[in-house]
Amino acid sequence: MYTAVGLGLIVIGAGLGIGLVGKGAMEAMGRQPEVLSKIQTAMIIAAALVEGVALFAIVLAWLVS
Amino acid sequence: MRRFFRIVIPFIFFSLFSVFAFAGNEKEGKGKEGDFDALEMIMHHISDSHYWHIVSWNREDGSEAEISIPLPVILIYDGSVHIFMASEFHHGESVVQKGDHYFKLYKDKIYVTGPSGKLTLNADGVPLNTKPFDLSITRNVASMWMSVLIILALFISAARKYKGKPSMPTGMQSLLEPIILFVRDDIVIEQIGEKKADRFMPFILTVFFFVWINNLIGMVPIFPGGSNVSGNIAFTSILAVFTFLLTNLNGSKTYWKDIFATPGVPIPVRVILIPIEVVSIFTKPFALMVRLFANITAGHIVLLSLTSLIFVLKTIYISPVSIGMSLFMDMLELLVGLLQAYIFALLSALFIGMAVHEEEH
Repeated sequence: MYTAVGLGLIVIGAGLGIGLVGKGAMEAMGRQPEVLSKIQTAMIIAAALVEGVALFAIVLAWLVS
Repeated sequence: MRRFFRIVIPFIFFSLFSVFAFAGNEKEGKGKEGDFDALEMIMHHISDSHYWHIVSWNREDGSEAEISIPLPVILIYDGSVHIFMASEFHHGESVVQKGDHYFKLYKDKIYVTGPSGKLTLNADGVPLNTKPFDLSITRNVASMWMSVLIILALFISAARKYKGKPSMPTGMQSLLEPIILFVRDDIVIEQIGEKKADRFMPFILTVFFFVWINNLIGMVPIFPGGSNVSGNIAFTSILAVFTFLLTNLNGSKTYWKDIFATPGVPIPVRVILIPIEVVSIFTKPFALMVRLFANITAGHIVLLSLTSLIFVLKTIYISPVSIGMSLFMDMLELLVGLLQAYIFALLSALFIGMAVHEEEH
């Protein structure tokens, strides 16, 4: 049962993190559409790193349970 | 409006009738053994197998019939190599004798047994028998070879056109050229830099296409596809090991200095910083490995769960929901397949770019 709670917390964290990354990127794109592709690459890298941490946690939760 | 109905009505009919056929099977076959086990079905589909499964159904008398291609088994045990076809196992029902040894297939794994083929299970139902060293051509290996052949066929036919005089791109060339240029300009040159891009371009391009094609083959639900190659931890770990080796073997002086003698940091802080930096050398490729594995496996699990929904709830009326959601997830997975290939290539290029970067004064 603790694993389920942990997975829920992981999802909250990852969702919040990727959401903030997306928010920041979209604001930047709105302000400076001319560097859109660069912002997109940076956004995907940042989102991938946040996701990486979340996946670590998921794998650990799976191993511990 | 007519167009809308032309799409929706066949969809509803298709979803209802296909499920009638499925649900009918369920009652005759598995009904006796108990309820439909969604977890076991899903685990069987996402794990590797010694058979390439095509189709299975239940006969009128309730027995199970199956069409599948047995794949070669290569075992190394006790210093000798045994090669035979997986059909000798008869889906785990019979014991195979090779020399003095007996082998038995149990839940897609091969175990060494006595002549009777008896397995000793522990409390969790996992056999305690020793396992031979298994180098079999399993479903994942066969599927991976197929994707290698597809990539070779695509690229050799496109590459041939660059011989001789430059001309307008035609055929496969005009499909591949923009993607290759995208990988070169937006991934490799941007992250590694113009000077060293040529050295790492072959690796990044290969990884991108290999992961992408394998993701796409995994999305095909019928026979030549359906294997879970890029959702296999061994597959992704080998790709990550390549990135790890390329990153660290090409590491410049600046790269190692940033790890072991971070400039402008007092010595007491370095004591904390060096272990963190050393651990991060290993966590970067580890994250690459887990990301691809988890994303693709999660996609397969969600799709199979949506299909299992019909059998778990034992009603046909859920089928439009199930099939509609499956269609949506399929579309999403096509995007995820491309995105994960892109992220794998991009992060590999980023790590390599960070390692080869030289300090400029």
